Amino acid sequence: MVDGEAIRSWLSLFATEVARNRDLLTQLDSAIGDADHGANLDRGTSAAVSAFGTADHSSPGSVLKTMGMTLVGTVGGASGPLYGTLFLRMAGCAGDAERLDAPAFAAALRAGLDGVVARGRAQAGDKTMYDALSPACDALDDALAAGRDIGDALSLATAAADAGRDATIPMLARKGRASYLGERSVGHQDPGATSAALLVAAAAQALSGQVSA
Amino acid sequence: MKKLINDPANVLSESLLGVAAAHPELRVDHEHKVIFRADAPRPGKVGLVSGGGSGHEPLHGGFVGHGMLDAAACGEVFTSPVPDQITAATNGVDGGAGVLHIVKNYTGDVMNFEMAAEMAGATGGAEVVAVVTDDDVAVQDSLYTVGRRGVGVTVLVEKIAGAAAEAGRSLSDVAAVARRVNAEGRSMGLALTSCTVPAAGKPTFDLPADQIEVGIGIHGEPGRTRVPLAPAAELARMLVDPILDDLDFAGDGVLAFVNGMGGTPLIELYLMYHEVDRLLAKAGVSVARSLVGNYITSLDMAGCSVTLLKLDDEMLRLWDAPVRTPALRWGL
Repeated sequence: MVDGEAIRSWLSLFATEVARNRDLLTQLDSAIGDADHGANLDRGTSAAVSAFGTADHSSPGSVLKTMGMTLVGTVGGASGPLYGTLFLRMAGCAGDAERLDAPAFAAALRAGLDGVVARGRAQAGDKTMYDALSPACDALDDALAAGRDIGDALSLATAAADAGRDATIPMLARKGRASYLGERSVGHQDPGATSAALLVAAAAQALSGQVSA
Repeated sequence: MKKLINDPANVLSESLLGVAAAHPELRVDHEHKVIFRADAPRPGKVGLVSGGGSGHEPLHGGFVGHGMLDAAACGEVFTSPVPDQITAATNGVDGGAGVLHIVKNYTGDVMNFEMAAEMAGATGGAEVVAVVTDDDVAVQDSLYTVGRRGVGVTVLVEKIAGAAAEAGRSLSDVAAVARRVNAEGRSMGLALTSCTVPAAGKPTFDLPADQIEVGIGIHGEPGRTRVPLAPAAELARMLVDPILDDLDFAGDGVLAFVNGMGGTPLIELYLMYHEVDRLLAKAGVSVARSLVGNYITSLDMAGCSVTLLKLDDEMLRLWDAPVRTPALRWGL
């Protein structure tokens, strides 16, 4: 079961990974965007970690809400509303439950993905964070349906997110600033898909110890 | 990186301290990083709010004042402001007649303004109408993309819609004028150099000394094509031809706007204006008004953009109406 404390470790680990990959994210963004993804996301996730220190984390929903509100309020750009909406929708789906079992966690992540689609109107193959998150959600659902535990399922989701991230390299960008480059966006890995893959990998690392019930 | 800064992390907040000190006719909310007219909100007047990433100065903060914006929400450099900032700006200019959001068509700006408008709707705040500018002909518009970027025409929308609001027109009227300006305006830009975001510390893209980027936006994002540097007469053609191909500018007269990207001196901008003016004359386009200078910039990027706006009588009258802001002032 995943409780508020587990969600907090997941998102804190994500913040650590964003900080560690800050320059990589910015470098990917300077090739096809405006060179701010690493700095902006790091500002938001660091602020969220500070907010976790004082905010209520008695339930997964409360931690996810703190994360979402903090990102919307500090990141700016497109990443703020997109990641913010992801976590706020997850919070809405998790509700007041004190713990989430594996299918409930997967359902919350799926709700977050739906929120990203509603906010950004992205589809598969547009070269965005969706291209890493969507295969991860599918892999997570499939693995749980096949009876795997949450650790195994999140490992498979991580592999799917990484493959989805790598698959953005040959894509022609159709959303965000990268889309202005047209053909010149081809051959570059999408920074949003890269940070989204970090989020899934952090979940595998932080939540795999949580035995599914 | 050689810049007049203390700490890359504090560039925006320290710059706003300067704005406040230099312009007592403005009020700066340092917590939310919003620049207001000191007399906002004005009862019965439609409030005009714009905003976006910083680094395009004087846009938007330099256009706050009589006859133009009531408030500008300032995001970090090249990063949209967040909904809280936009909400603070909206509430601060709500004089009971509604608030117009002028938003440049960038994914982040559109989403953050949308979230702020949703929050205003959910909390019973001001009536908000948004007008999105998308005048950059360098971007091919299609159903499957985010559409054209908002660039030079944004300055003209803020001036003309600002004059309409100052004249006491209703929210729907002011929004309609703003949309008409956007629909009748087109822009195209080029960069001679990249620009350096203070937090990044190095140029956003590498551009060899003998190459230029054509079809750039205002964020140091690379353009659509890279070509060898050419004389100004040819560069002017690279900017004017795509604009004239996109919209028929024959008729009553246009506003011709040659804008500097921040790192190009006025002497070159006027030289370019001459080339643009000649091309327009040759194409049978009559110029009724002009604007030359650095108005919507991209930090220290060298280069320029050309914007043409097809004026009708009403737009012309509103363009000529008095304006008093740090960056644009006449008639007062």
